[in-house]
Amino acid sequence: MEVDRIDGRTPNQLRPLACSRNVLHRAHGSARWSQGDSTSYKTAIVNTKERNTIILAAVYGPKAGTRKGENPEKASIEVVWKPRTGQSGKSEKECELILRRTLQSICLLTVHPNTTTSVIVQLLPCAINASCAALVDAGFPLKHLAVAVGCGLSEGGSVILDPSKAEEELKFQAYTHLVFLNSSLSVLPEGLPHVEGKPVEDGIITSVTHGAMSVNDYLCCMERAQAASAKISEFLRRSLQSQLPSDPAKAL
Amino acid sequence: MAEKATEKTGMEGEMEVDAYRRLFPLPFYERHLLDSLRPDGRPLSRSRDTSLSLGAVSSADGSALVKFGDTTMLAAIKLEVMTPSKESPDEGCLGIEFHMPPICSPIVRPGKPAEIAPVISKQLEDAILSSGLINLKELSLISGKAAWMTYVDIYCLNADGSLFDAALFAAVAAFSHLQIPLVSLSEGGRVITVSGENLDNPAKELVNKDKRNLTLHSIPFSLTCVLHKNYILADPTAEEESIMETLLTVVLDSSSQLISLYKPGGSVLAFKTTVQDCISHTRKRVKELQKILSEALSDMEID
Repeated sequence: MEVDRIDGRTPNQLRPLACSRNVLHRAHGSARWSQGDSTSYKTAIVNTKERNTIILAAVYGPKAGTRKGENPEKASIEVVWKPRTGQSGKSEKECELILRRTLQSICLLTVHPNTTTSVIVQLLPCAINASCAALVDAGFPLKHLAVAVGCGLSEGGSVILDPSKAEEELKFQAYTHLVFLNSSLSVLPEGLPHVEGKPVEDGIITSVTHGAMSVNDYLCCMERAQAASAKISEFLRRSLQSQLPSDPAKAL
Repeated sequence: MAEKATEKTGMEGEMEVDAYRRLFPLPFYERHLLDSLRPDGRPLSRSRDTSLSLGAVSSADGSALVKFGDTTMLAAIKLEVMTPSKESPDEGCLGIEFHMPPICSPIVRPGKPAEIAPVISKQLEDAILSSGLINLKELSLISGKAAWMTYVDIYCLNADGSLFDAALFAAVAAFSHLQIPLVSLSEGGRVITVSGENLDNPAKELVNKDKRNLTLHSIPFSLTCVLHKNYILADPTAEEESIMETLLTVVLDSSSQLISLYKPGGSVLAFKTTVQDCISHTRKRVKELQKILSEALSDMEID
């Protein structure tokens, strides 16, 4: 079933992606990730700002572990989620926890034991992609890159990928946010890493849902989002390659 | 795997089981998992013994005490009359708070609130609102003038894993035990609650005489599973949660709609089959919890 989207996209179409790294000079690594471009869909809505998602992520560390959660065997990651305005509340705390657990699962934590790395994120969700790029920019050892995709489920039961904020406010009965691993290129002779015969990028690292939906709708979201994650992961890889090598002076 | 672990440690023969469990928690668990059994004697997919008692707090309008094994939750609901906001004049309001006092766990220290508590509050709020358990319109007394502010407080008395599941069950049970207090209009046109001694001969007409219970539409129930390699362990204890870090929580309502599927990171990936297995475990658990809830409610009616 087809649903008209206000910006004229097809249900599976993502907004244009943009990623720039090394945008903050004092941070060890930083990235700006945006989804949606105000110039390309000028006709649809007056307030074009609403339809862009821009996230700024900064990474400081690894630095000496000071936090109470420090671990003598592993590096710890701390996430600070800054809301656009006002004080941080319950929902920011929830986002911090989800982001921290997700990042922990992709980082090689054993390389820098007894240290803390802070990831500071400002502005709206979809921050996983941004923090991931920022960690790369900081040269933090990672196992994988994580790729996050948002899905909306409209009243009629059709799945829409990457809903913009204006769309989110309008008509959805449920949303899903899923995080996958990036599809890997491998130089190893045995090929791509598999877990029991399944490629790793089929598995979910993180799943967060809002609103009620049927189990089949969820599985449908999962399939669609997985297909889209391949696109984002390819974009991420390309944008990381084009900007290498990053400023060597920052390592000092 | 387990044999490899014992080779590594070497001194397993001389070591007492308790010491081995503390020093090498993961090999200890993996040995049990090979036999599809957990250290507390449960099969992997079985939840702990669950008990529910309604009306544990007599001063609250609705309350419930829930035990999942050692995890203990006390939920209490208090209603207050408030003026509804202009945007939604015929709706009441819901405030859900999850508390973890220092007595509940050795990791919570006085003065330092537990990091997980606000997150669970938010999740409970999401689950209760998006399942449509409560129709906020039912909390209205006089449109535009008075509505109920519903404070739901859930206290964790003993934190031994699956906190969200127990908290959600306690909240839902407290809602089904909720008795809305009687209110009447005073001369100044203000809404006041009628207390016990005036109940027999109320001076003023009661506003909500025939509406003492809330209609609960679709009741959400949840199950948390720990994922480790291919194993799925339902209803984990705190020890299991800390050793095997990947958690997956499924919330289903009584009509089998998926309310939430929550997996915050973790080293184990959830494939489609894993997700389906977890959902089918949750379906079974929903039936168990529904039975416990309806038994507790019918016991209360007999009393």
